[in-house]
Amino acid sequence: MTLGVVVFPGSNCDRDVQWAAQGCLGIETRFLWHEERDLSGLDAVVIPGGFSYGDYLRCGAIARFAPLLQEVAAFAKKGGRVLGICNGFQVLTEMGLLPGALTRNEKLHFICEPTDLRVEPGSCSWLQGYNSGEVVNFPIAHGEGRYQADPELLQSLEDNGQVVLRYVRNPNGSVGDVAGLTNSQGNVLGLMPHPERACDSATGGVDGRRLLASLLG
Amino acid sequence: MPVYSARVLVSLRPSVLDPAGEATRAAASRLGVDGISKLRIGKAVEVELDAPNAQAAREQLELLSDRLLANPVIENWTLELKDDASAGA
Repeated sequence: MTLGVVVFPGSNCDRDVQWAAQGCLGIETRFLWHEERDLSGLDAVVIPGGFSYGDYLRCGAIARFAPLLQEVAAFAKKGGRVLGICNGFQVLTEMGLLPGALTRNEKLHFICEPTDLRVEPGSCSWLQGYNSGEVVNFPIAHGEGRYQADPELLQSLEDNGQVVLRYVRNPNGSVGDVAGLTNSQGNVLGLMPHPERACDSATGGVDGRRLLASLLG
Repeated sequence: MPVYSARVLVSLRPSVLDPAGEATRAAASRLGVDGISKLRIGKAVEVELDAPNAQAAREQLELLSDRLLANPVIENWTLELKDDASAGA
């Protein structure tokens, strides 16, 4: 099992993901510089949080065109497991791997706090370690995490069971309290909260461990 | 090749909340400018592009606007293309 961790100029959670996966769970990780194209030998890819390319234009808008992400898109289309955390979720929506968009928080503030989330794992391969309806606590840290989808799209996501993570107390104005989404195949997960910051009891709980531990089968 | 100048205006779709616009509207009233019923913030992108003719320039700029400058899920865009190419200017 080897996990690839994407590194853009401006990524700042790449080492957190490495610590959570390798340090806490013993999953081998490999950093993937944004100009690379080689995903050989990888079982899954994480697009971590941060401010890819300074988040110029829109969050994730420029990252979408990185050479590495052309390969990640092909990897996901073949059923490869892809996880986008925070800025990584924004990138996944810009790439079109997940529908909708993430916009400025309703109250404009950058919000950084522990957040309760209700999990509905459905067919999402990343969340099979959680029970349906279970409430977990992951930190959030974002200024642009308000999920936006028109009512028809939101309804279809609900009907397909793709809204797999929901805020118990909506912090940012996301429609449908959406905190995380999976694609229809269940191999791609995007979420604004940070599971990798909830993997070590010394630094704020271990509710996130099962998400990355899903890679261990 | 002629140089074409364009301006692309990107705005949030009317159905999408613009909290920055709302905050600015609140500040406007503190400044003493009352009566503002709408204030929405977008982006203006100025572009100069080499293209063989206006039609080719327009096609490239439309692709740019739709696929990069704006996210059509949440934003609308309009393109203002200056017809007369100011070659070398």
